[in-house]
Amino acid sequence: MFIINCPFCGEREQSEFKAGGEAHIERPRQPTELSDDEWAEYLFMRKNIKGIQFERWNHIHGCRKWFNMVRDTSNDEIKAIYKMGEKPPVK
Amino acid sequence: MSKNLRVKTSKFIDETYRVSFKFNGTKYFGYKGDTLASALLANDIHLVGRSFKYHRPRGIMTSGSEEPNAIVQLHNNSDRTEPNVRATEVEIYEGLEASSQNCWPSVNFDIGGINNLLSPLLPAGFYYKTFMWPASFWEKYEYFIRKSAGLGKSPTTPDPDIYEHEYIHCDVLIVGAGISGIMAAKTAAKNGLKTLLVDEKPNLGGSTVYQNSEHFKINNQNSGSWLEKEINEIKKIDNLDIRIRTSVAAFHGYNFLLARENLTDHLPIEKRKNKTRQKLLKIRAKKVITATGSLERPLIFDNNDRPGILLSSAIKRYADLFGVACGEKNIFLTNNDSAYETAISLIQKGIKVEAIVDNREEIESKLLYEVEKNNIKVFKGFTIVNTNGYKKINKVSLMKLSKDGQKVIGSKINLSCDCLGVSGGWTPAVHLFTQSGGKLKFREEDQVFIPNKYSSEQISIGACNGDLTLEDIIENTPKYLKEFLNVKKTDYDNVEVFSSENKSKRNIWLLPSDKILGKTKSFVDYQNDATAKDIKLALREGFRSIEHVKRYTTTGMGTDQGKLGNMHALGIISETAGTKMGEHGTTTFRPPYTPLTFGTIVGRNVGEYFDVFRRTPMHEWHQKNKAEFENVGQWKRAWYYPKNNENMFEAVQRESKAARESAGILDASTLGKIDIQGTDASEFLNRVYTNAWSKLAVGKCRYGLMLNEDGMVYDDGVTTRLGENHYIMTTTTGGAANVLGKLEDYLQTEWPELDVYLTSVTDHFATISVCGPNSKKIISNVIPDLDLSDENFPHMSFKNTKIGKINCRIMRISFTGEHSYEINIQANYANSVWEKCMEIGKDFNITPYGTETMHLLRAEKGFIIVGQDTDATMTPIDLQMDWIVSKKKYDFIGKRSLYRSDTIKDDRKQLVGLLTDNPNEILEEGAQIVADVNKSPIEMLGHVTSSYYSPNLKKSIALGVVRGGKNMMGKKLIIPMENKTINVTVADPVFLDKENKRLNA
Repeated sequence: MFIINCPFCGEREQSEFKAGGEAHIERPRQPTELSDDEWAEYLFMRKNIKGIQFERWNHIHGCRKWFNMVRDTSNDEIKAIYKMGEKPPVK
Repeated sequence: MSKNLRVKTSKFIDETYRVSFKFNGTKYFGYKGDTLASALLANDIHLVGRSFKYHRPRGIMTSGSEEPNAIVQLHNNSDRTEPNVRATEVEIYEGLEASSQNCWPSVNFDIGGINNLLSPLLPAGFYYKTFMWPASFWEKYEYFIRKSAGLGKSPTTPDPDIYEHEYIHCDVLIVGAGISGIMAAKTAAKNGLKTLLVDEKPNLGGSTVYQNSEHFKINNQNSGSWLEKEINEIKKIDNLDIRIRTSVAAFHGYNFLLARENLTDHLPIEKRKNKTRQKLLKIRAKKVITATGSLERPLIFDNNDRPGILLSSAIKRYADLFGVACGEKNIFLTNNDSAYETAISLIQKGIKVEAIVDNREEIESKLLYEVEKNNIKVFKGFTIVNTNGYKKINKVSLMKLSKDGQKVIGSKINLSCDCLGVSGGWTPAVHLFTQSGGKLKFREEDQVFIPNKYSSEQISIGACNGDLTLEDIIENTPKYLKEFLNVKKTDYDNVEVFSSENKSKRNIWLLPSDKILGKTKSFVDYQNDATAKDIKLALREGFRSIEHVKRYTTTGMGTDQGKLGNMHALGIISETAGTKMGEHGTTTFRPPYTPLTFGTIVGRNVGEYFDVFRRTPMHEWHQKNKAEFENVGQWKRAWYYPKNNENMFEAVQRESKAARESAGILDASTLGKIDIQGTDASEFLNRVYTNAWSKLAVGKCRYGLMLNEDGMVYDDGVTTRLGENHYIMTTTTGGAANVLGKLEDYLQTEWPELDVYLTSVTDHFATISVCGPNSKKIISNVIPDLDLSDENFPHMSFKNTKIGKINCRIMRISFTGEHSYEINIQANYANSVWEKCMEIGKDFNITPYGTETMHLLRAEKGFIIVGQDTDATMTPIDLQMDWIVSKKKYDFIGKRSLYRSDTIKDDRKQLVGLLTDNPNEILEEGAQIVADVNKSPIEMLGHVTSSYYSPNLKKSIALGVVRGGKNMMGKKLIIPMENKTINVTVADPVFLDKENKRLNA
């Protein structure tokens, strides 16, 4: 079980959080102008990397805030945590 | 009368305190401090169980948690009975009752023993190969296989004991209180770190504490006495928490560990009352020091499983710690120095050692010289090729090993004995280390896996790190501790150590025999009866991966998880396959290290606390009025209210009729309620619902449908505009939490520019729904001041009002199609308002109805229930709800998906009404719908989603989803059931009052 450093609350047990999938997938501003393929790319395509992955997490049993996490999925090491809207750290 | 093999007073045993216990119904005596195993051995009992597959007689083999054979049932046929308990770990107490497992009628005469004679017919994979064909027979085989499988019997009555969970946060956790663990604990604690030391045994000190030999000295004292002083010292340290009888079950990432602490299992039953039996410790440690020691390896030779064959280290522990001789004529088989240590211990206590059979040819060892000084014959370069004695060993046969160790040569020598100690060297206990994600490396010189790469702030020290001798431990441990704990010195920096042990070893994974392998029974996994022959067979049949061989042969799959034999299995595989040891890796060591009871896992979360439920403010009223309840999400909802022995069908028919004929009342408090405020609230609703919200006037209500981005229906409910920038949204009961989460997600991540605030108010407001033609009369009496005329208070509108002094919100909305009101009221006043409605409604036969009637009434009107009529593959178009999807809005969640190539197909499953040809036939929900039963294979068109008998229409009605159903109006379809087929006609899903006349009646 991880310990996650919520940017709003500090270190908490993983059981207080919910994982929300890949980060930095912005909802298209004008969905109606996209082709089926482009929309499908947004809707369905997600990475599942063994290694460094950018993810969304939600402190659901705490402040309920969403934030981003960089995690190495091969050993669960959390490399960085940053707020929504902030730029991802450069590797 | 059995013999007494207690040979010497031990300071670890209280011989003034005699304890009686029963084993297989016979009464025996032991002393306080004994384990069940040591007490049985003192009574000369070796045979304690039968093996799993061949039902071979098996005896005590070890002295610890690695025991594969001596597993017993405690307190059979009582509420405290426990199966698969290791006799080597059970501390005896007055009144203990233990019995053998896996044997019938008794351990001495076991019918299943016939499997031993049939064993040539029962090779690895026997069950897979034999019972797979014909496939249809499996059900019949399974019954018998299951009956003969399994070890102990699980309890059948509730567990009377109390269990708890405890959270511990510490700076340093040390697992294992052997010599290196003690050194680590003292060093950490004396440096001011909050330290926790745990050990699975009832006493501290591991195997060093009973070491009483001139051959192992620390600072010129016997290593045992030296360690005892250290133990006494650490017991006085305040910031050191010591937990004995505590076995670490799991080592997870981020230094999160689970351990089981046994608090009462060693006490007589009558002294356990009202005490916590076991605790599950949830430990979060900044640093972890694993000092779990090592396990002695057995050796693999023909008939190496007989009762009376023990690990050499176990014999030493029984002698040194418990003062018990495992036999009166002992022989040892070894490939290293350890057996000599044991032999010397036995000689000291006057226990006879007949001979030592050593695989090694040339041995330079002080221990060997001491043994030979005592005139004990040492057979160098020999091995044992067979043993005799059915229920206890009585003879061994030895032969000389060839130079390469692959064959035996010369003639056989037979020696008689009553106990054989084996030592195949030591395996570091790396189980917890690998559980944590650590990577192992293979050390060629003594053929062991040792920790290589750590995955968190942790180290392994002592024997589990490959320091297998006293010298290595004393020399290396202080160095590791200083670096890991970041301290300058330890108390052990200048400790002098003297050890006579020689590290040499001759490792032969499968000892050769004069017989061909097929004729031998050389057990690798004792509990599961997997032999060397089985492993070789698996390899011949093409298995290569250790994980596959494990599953095929069941090696390492018993309750002991193959703690003894797994290394040999790996060795035999690599030898046979001609690969290098280490290349195959090991099998995965999974938690728990030793079995856990369910009680410990669930702790206090039992009975009513197992799955807590939510109740509405009117819950007690429902109970008093004999409601049956159903679970909806976490809620308990009134399901129906049976009267005068009505069954569910009868109650629902009566409730449904009453609601349409006069008045019904429903507790709808469980609906999710989200308070939405902010200057962008209307815009926000526009984006999350499919229909338009900007023009909804203050004081009006509107039904909304919420989709996922994939266009599928997610939730629905009525939202009311309370003010210019203030709405209250209702959601489905089960969807409330997820809807709030989804809305928050969009607000925080996609649309942070919107000025919108969400608050869940589900628990703050109770909802009472009164419906039916007389509902208006009732409400006019409940709230006399409110003008209920259609002009002032039309359908789909809301009023702020008061009932007496209590503020409430009242909406005129309807889920039944009847004229209906929903009163939303602060939860703590709700019951009184409900009772008031009931009182006033008496004259109108107001009838409380539950969720089942609610479902029936809405089905008559063709209203969907999200999750019952939809299943995450239904778009609003599929539901024939095109009217709710705004064409004008530029965007809303899911809009783009509604015209993907897949969602615009005509032959999607679409919601339709279904009418049975026979109006009294009620369909089964979930039943398949087909058009042609003669087609092969039959094409499934869809299924029934809702089905009821409507008392108001006096016929059966149903909703269902059917492929292309929209264009099938009036078409005949078939519902094939087990014994019949039912003919149905596709119909409009709205069965009653298509013109909505009743809403304003």
